[in-house]
Parts: sequence; C-alpha cells; structure tokens
Amino acid sequence: MTDALIDVPLREIAHGRTGDKGDRSNVSIIPYAPDAYACIAEQVTAERMRGAFAHRGVGKVMRYDLPVLGAFNFVLDDVLQGGVNGSLNLDGHGKSLSFVALAVTVSVPEGVVANARQARHADRPG
Amino acid sequence: MPDTVFHIGNAAGFATDRVDAGVPVVKALIESGAPAALFYETLAERTLAYAQRNRLRDPEKGYTPDLERFLSPVLADCVAHGIPILGNFGAANPAGAAKAIHRLAKELGIEGIKVAVVEGDDVREGLPSMQVQAWEEEPLFDVGREDIVAANAYLGARPIADALALGADVVVTGRVTDSALALAPLLHHFGWDGADWDRIAAGVLTGHLLECGAQATGGYFADPGYKDVSDMANIGYPIAEVTGDGEIVLTKPAGTGGRVDERTVKEQILYEIHDPANYLTPDVTLDLMDVRAEKVGFDRVKITGARGRPAPETLKVTISFAGGWLGEGEISYAGPGASARARLAAQTAKTRVEREFPGLPVRTDVLGLVSVLDGDDGGLADAQPETEWQDVRVRLAVNAEDEVTAARAAREVETLYCAGPAGGAGVRLNVTPRIKTASCLIPRESIQPRVRLVEAAHD
Repeated sequence: MTDALIDVPLREIAHGRTGDKGDRSNVSIIPYAPDAYACIAEQVTAERMRGAFAHRGVGKVMRYDLPVLGAFNFVLDDVLQGGVNGSLNLDGHGKSLSFVALAVTVSVPEGVVANARQARHADRPG
Repeated sequence: MPDTVFHIGNAAGFATDRVDAGVPVVKALIESGAPAALFYETLAERTLAYAQRNRLRDPEKGYTPDLERFLSPVLADCVAHGIPILGNFGAANPAGAAKAIHRLAKELGIEGIKVAVVEGDDVREGLPSMQVQAWEEEPLFDVGREDIVAANAYLGARPIADALALGADVVVTGRVTDSALALAPLLHHFGWDGADWDRIAAGVLTGHLLECGAQATGGYFADPGYKDVSDMANIGYPIAEVTGDGEIVLTKPAGTGGRVDERTVKEQILYEIHDPANYLTPDVTLDLMDVRAEKVGFDRVKITGARGRPAPETLKVTISFAGGWLGEGEISYAGPGASARARLAAQTAKTRVEREFPGLPVRTDVLGLVSVLDGDDGGLADAQPETEWQDVRVRLAVNAEDEVTAARAAREVETLYCAGPAGGAGVRLNVTPRIKTASCLIPRESIQPRVRLVEAAHD
C-alpha cells in the first residue's frame, strides 16, 4: 500500500446512476470502498460537477452527502435542455449523464484505487 | 411464524417492460410459502396522456396496452395461491382494465375472480375549480388552458389497501405513486397505524426499491469490467421481504440472471431522488439519511433506517398537454473520411432547415462521434478529431408547432441522398407528436378516491 497520489477518472473509485424529473437530473456517486468517501467529499464538489456539465447549460448544482449509506447525490438543474418534454437530444431523460460525472478526474492515494479495484472484484463468484 | 414477513414481488417497471418477468417472481413467491403480493408499475409521467388519447379513439381502451400479455402467464397461479396483484395498469381507464381482466380470467378458466378499481385520480374536469398551487420552482400552470390531455393526482396507498380489504385478487389503479403499490399490501397485511411514520417510510422505500423492476437487480447497472452482471437476458425481477417492523431484505428469484448487492441497491435507493432527507409522497415524507444497505447473503441485501415524517397536506398533480411535433431524420456515412462527410451533411441539412424555417429549434448530431452527451450547440462534437475509418450516423431533430413543418424539416435529411456528401445511406425519417407535462399541487381534500369491485360483464 502506498500513499502516492495518482490522477484517475472518478469511475475507478466510484459508480453511479442518473435519474430525471422535469429538466432536472440527479446523479448518484457511490464509492466502491469506504476509503474513497473522504476523497470524493473533498474533491468532487458541486462546483466541480457544475464544470463537468457546463456544455449542457447546467444551472444550480446541489450535492447531498449520505455518509450512513456511503453515497453522494448530485442534483443538476437544466442539464436536460428542455427535459423529456422538449429535448432535441436523443437521450431526453439524460440516462447517460452519470458517465459524464464518472469521467471527472480525482487525485487520490494509490491505495484508494487499489482498494476500489479489489472491492469491485472480491464479492462476485465467477 | 410465516406471517411475520411479507413478500412483495415486482414484475414490471414500465409499460413496455418484459412481459415474462413475472413468471419466476410468482414461482418464488409461491415457493416461499409466505404471504405475498405482486405488482406492476406501468405508468411513467407521460404514459397517462398517451392512454387518454387511446381512450378517445376507443372508449374501451386507455389502459396499459400489454395488460393481457403481462397477466396471462401469472394470473391463475396468483389467484390460486392468494397472491393479490396490484398495478397502475388501469392508466386512463381502470374500469376498462378491470373488464379486460375479467375477460382474460374467463378465457383462462379462472372462476370467481374479484377485481377492484381505485379511481378519483383524474382531475381534468375538476382542476379549474380547485385551489391550485405551484409545484416546487415551476411557474403556476394555467389549468384553464384548452389543450390539456390529462391531469391526474398522485394517490397514495390507503385506497389501494382498502381495495385489498374488499378481498380483491387484482387491484387496478390509475395514477398513484409507484411506491404506493408496494406500501398498500404492507398496510393491509400488518395493519400499520396511519401515523406510524417510520414503518410507512419503510413501506415507501420498499416500493421505491421495487418500482423500476430489474433496476434493483443489475439492470441499468452493468458496466463490463467494473460492474459485471451475469445472464442479463434472464434477469430476475426484485422481491422484497418486509417484516412488521419495516426491515427490508431485497432479493430476486433463484436461478435468474442479474445480481442483488449493496451496489445495485444503493444505486436504486438514490434513483430519481433529489433531497434525500425530504422525499415527498402522499403517504409520508421519507428521510433516507439514516438508511443503510448491508449484504446478508448471496443476492440478499438488508435495508434499514428509513425514517418518516408526516406527509404533505397537498397532492401532486401531473398535467399533460399537447407539445407540438418532433421531426427527426437520420442518414449514415461509413468508411474513410466518414466523419468529415457526416459533419458536412449535418451542416448542410441544418443550413437548409434554418433558412426555410427561421427560428425553428434544430439540433444535429453525428452518432459515433459525440451525440447524447453533447449540448444542443454541438460543442463537444466540434472538438472531436477526425479519424481514419468511421461508421457514423447523422441525426437532425426539430421541435415544430405543426406536423407539416416537422416533416418538411426532417425531409432535409432525405434530400442528402442526392444533394449531400458522397456515400449517404440508410435514411430514416420520423415525425411524432409530443406531450409536455407540468406539475402543480392541490389540497388533499380536493379529491375523494373511490374504491369498488367491478363485476364481470355478462355476455
């Protein structure tokens, strides 16, 4: 285990899912292993997420922290550019948007990345 | 003591979900020997508006088009084993759906089936005389406008539980909260008190976990190499085992594909959640801040810690109204230089649409470069480098007030066959009416849900 910092996409240490209501999306970000929680809390701020969705004309971004569950919930206003109702995008629901969030780069200790990888592969047979 | 745990299975998360999903779920419910219920969630926001349009065309219709295909594989087994079926598959015509279920039961040789309907959600007529309030940050909707296709209040679990108390084998609803379809059998079975907020919160959370079908069991989840899911073609739909204290274990039928673990469960807990401390439903205000998910066995996750506070005094109403027309055209380009030819095609078609219909909202994409992630201005796609070999597809989309404009704009993609870049192939055009939705709030006492048994038609 080493503490050297490396830059990785958020996808290496967390997973997530997008949901929608109107012109608003929510993206959950869920660490694979508990030690990534603090890194995400510190680095993946609402402002940071706002930057990741700037090209979609995002408005207000809220981050809700759920330390008991071990997850974050981002709520992004206006990213659907008209919502399911009016969007010209093929993905009117914004179903694909969690992968924009998971592409955000984080700088984390190598051990955190290794723990995430281990957690991903440890608990499934076959 | 089998009665200390109640099992709830889900067999559909939307109107066009897999019609065979219920079979393994019902088999597992029967084999458990526990008291159980099965539910279908088939009513997304705009689905009810499409159902209203179907009913206008045929007064017997307006319920979920696949109703019979959903129920025929499971109805006899559920009735025989006392597993009530609940569904919002009544859509715009719960009584019509009830009649169709009686017809199906007769065809299947099922005798004496009791079908109940829950009505009263349809407020299209009454809305203008109600004290309508704005919903969240939306501007107050003009409920007097003439192009409203559907307006329905989200009912809670109480009337559905009342329908179960009538001894219904099947309960048909229109608009109810999705979670109410799971909370209702729990209220009925355990007799939870109306102000027992934490237990009711657990019931709502149960419904929230189940209501999207396979989304809790590895669907909308698989990401090869990161989140692997086995046998997705046979993915098992979810079953919740709930105790009288509101402790939930989420699982799925043995022998099915998919997976249930802390990850699938956590993703679904937060699906479509905004403020996790204040999830408003007509039954309770759900607080997820103390919820935890813990693996307790293979494909078994225990969920505890749902907290509840009193439900709001208002009910949410979703209003659907005519939303113009979507016109789309697509054409493919492949081989060397394809992305450059595709960009030229997109620009050509867009230029012509903008010239012919000034001000019409138009968007172009090159599918295979960047499309769904991009904004309407195409900024990400513009920055994408050319590649040597491509197989890409141009898409143009417009929002038009009328069908003719939508069709003519889409046709600009078809003209690329002869007048566009080299090698344009495989044009598809699509013109569809759009439904828009808005929400508002009404005082709870503005409507009175009605519950009744519907008899079979004698013919």
